[in-house]
Amino acid sequence: MGFKGTLRPGLVQLRVLDFDKTLDFYKNILGLNEVCRTDDGRICLKGYDEFDHHSVTLRLADEAGLDYVAFKVGSSEELEKMKQAVEAFGYPVDEVAAESNQPGFGIRYGFTISTGHRFEIYSEVELSGQGPMTRNPDIWVEEPRGMRAQRMDHFLLYGPNIAEAERFCQEVFGMFVPEVCNTPDGSRLASWITGSNKPHDLAFVEYPEAGKLHHVGFYLCNWSEIGQAADLIAIHHLKMDIGPTRHAITRGQSIYFWEPSGNRIEVYAGGYTAYPDNPQRVWDSDQLGRGLFYYSGEVIPSFLEIVT
Amino acid sequence: MTGTGMESKEYQIQVEDTGEQFVCKENEVILEAMKRTGCGPIRYGCFGGGCGICRMKIVSGSYAVVKKMSRTHVTEGEAKNGIVLICCVKPRANLVIARIKAIKKG
Repeated sequence: MGFKGTLRPGLVQLRVLDFDKTLDFYKNILGLNEVCRTDDGRICLKGYDEFDHHSVTLRLADEAGLDYVAFKVGSSEELEKMKQAVEAFGYPVDEVAAESNQPGFGIRYGFTISTGHRFEIYSEVELSGQGPMTRNPDIWVEEPRGMRAQRMDHFLLYGPNIAEAERFCQEVFGMFVPEVCNTPDGSRLASWITGSNKPHDLAFVEYPEAGKLHHVGFYLCNWSEIGQAADLIAIHHLKMDIGPTRHAITRGQSIYFWEPSGNRIEVYAGGYTAYPDNPQRVWDSDQLGRGLFYYSGEVIPSFLEIVT
Repeated sequence: MTGTGMESKEYQIQVEDTGEQFVCKENEVILEAMKRTGCGPIRYGCFGGGCGICRMKIVSGSYAVVKKMSRTHVTEGEAKNGIVLICCVKPRANLVIARIKAIKKG
């Protein structure tokens, strides 16, 4: 069995407070490449190992946070079917015309899920002129910069009613849920969800305020690159939240820190290989510290409280 | 090394509800000084004006906002009334600051 629904989270649009220090962070420290700028002044970026046109759009705004996330599906036929499934699930769908506000992207369908986040789906997107080689390919075209982020990997979203969001991802996106965390009364506190072999394409934490972003995760090669990312955080005086550490949940290696506009970023490496037929891993909420930060075993308050 | 005449000015910052007091240099944002001295209610946050965890009120004294503060956490009206994110503010005089609810829940 291959991918059943979505291929991956392919695009995030983030709000940033400036295009000076913040853009310098994304390009020269995180290591994304600038692809283009839109007529209304947004900046499109991608990781060096991503084929599609771009994966991160930055919008200058008066507040930090997330505008929306978008998931790629395999074909226009599947896209139309998925659109109908979204409507059948009960979320009204709007249409964003091709090439309207994300350069290179075909038609996108958008809707708001229970946690208050805008999700979009699309199937058509141009390949980037800066993509990886395909014929007798070298490992990269231009030497990666800074933290050498390969690609946008996942995001953690905070909002209400994550049980419904989790069900939506399974029923409509064809995803599965390798790992969850429950409160003593059995309700969901957190959920890690994937439509691929990655341990998570996205995750949710139950939170009273709708539509919040906890972090966007970018993929690095290995533990050694995580260490180099920590060096860069120190050299550039970026604000560390926690790490370098290991998650027991997803088993990835990780650092959380804040970019200059206050959006939390994770650099992430490793993680187990997820299969939809494997049993689900279940965490009790009183063990969450160990699940999140395996070495210290303790949750730090900022990690649970600070979102944009 | 003796004085060069280039030392930066220092201001006293007082936290109203706890009585804590610490020194903030003129080229330092208040949150950085709070962290450096271990005084005051807040230890860290994004330091970028985005997360809102360091939302406080400047009760008295003049100050400069040196970085954009997210409108999610400080509205235009609030900014006029001394509500700030102290990671974005440098003192221009001795200040009295007060703790307020850190993040609005909606």
